[in-house]
Amino acid sequence: MEFTLELLSVSITLVLLFIVFRLILKGRLRAEYSIIWILCSAVLMIFSLWREGLDIIAGFLGIYYPPALLFLGAILATVVFLLHLSVVSSKFQNQIKDLTQEMGILKKKLEELGKGENEK
Amino acid sequence: MDADKGLKNNIQDSKVLLVIPCYNEESNVLSLYESIQKALPFAGMVVDVLFIDDCSNDKTRDVLIENDMPHIALAVNLGIGGAVQTGIKYASQYNYDWVIQMDGDGQHPAEELSIFFETAIMQNPDLIIGSRFLEKMGFQSTRLRRTGIGFFRALIRRLTGVAVTDPTSGFRMLGRKTIERACEYYPDEYPEPEILLDCLLRGFKVREIPVEMKERQGGISSIRSFFQVYYMMKVSLSMFFQYLRFRLNN
Repeated sequence: MEFTLELLSVSITLVLLFIVFRLILKGRLRAEYSIIWILCSAVLMIFSLWREGLDIIAGFLGIYYPPALLFLGAILATVVFLLHLSVVSSKFQNQIKDLTQEMGILKKKLEELGKGENEK
Repeated sequence: MDADKGLKNNIQDSKVLLVIPCYNEESNVLSLYESIQKALPFAGMVVDVLFIDDCSNDKTRDVLIENDMPHIALAVNLGIGGAVQTGIKYASQYNYDWVIQMDGDGQHPAEELSIFFETAIMQNPDLIIGSRFLEKMGFQSTRLRRTGIGFFRALIRRLTGVAVTDPTSGFRMLGRKTIERACEYYPDEYPEPEILLDCLLRGFKVREIPVEMKERQGGISSIRSFFQVYYMMKVSLSMFFQYLRFRLNN
């Protein structure tokens, strides 16, 4: 029973790692965003193999039901990552705005140049 | 320094860019353009008009092209703030001395432009705001909007100690200093109260002048008429952080 569970969690972690690596290789995930996913996989891997570790840390923090520690960790990681994504999307929005404005102004300059040529 | 400016105004004309953001204003832009041309020229000012088509869904752009009206067509909808900022950046690149922003929906009559020019020449402030409440003439806005305007008036007074009667007015004139600042910082939606607060915190010279506004002339009102409460919350929050940022840096 214990062994099956270990096998299951290790393979889930490996699948996650495999997907992250594949995405980076194919250029669909930037390396800087993959760090958090690799770290998450590493943490999962540690606790999959070293199950007493979870009990020890939970005991130390006064958590009676050790798997709850995992949930806590997962929820915290999710919130931090979502916040990070909001920051990234705000940055993108600013960049898109600057690009659109620059493009509009350039288009106008180009039209003016074109008009000047026609008059010559 | 000030004497230099005055001299310059007398000898050489100031360059003014009239920035008109429009979103779905096919029925308004042409009559607005014609009324502006009727109101010009003004002694001491060289005025260029620039429409900013904020990626309209209707025929605004076709109307602008057909009538050979100077315009910038944005490829992506940026919201009123992003559109106005495009014009301000253009003005900065081409060394305009002043930017006047007026809405593309006909709310801001071109006949009022001369008061802006006069104030600019006589007082040379950094920001001139056209207020519909200073002499309570013309369309006084709806009750709901007046409540919102009153809220921002109180907020700005609390934060800066300055009483401005119409902090949400989009009919305003920006001097050189404000133009450069607005290139760096200009909110996307409902930008007026935030820009005003920014100018006041920086100690810019802000003047209010009485203008008459009309009810919008046609077309579909922009998103600004809806989601009033949401925008009030968003703008208040953003003004609060702006104030905090200023206090922490100074």
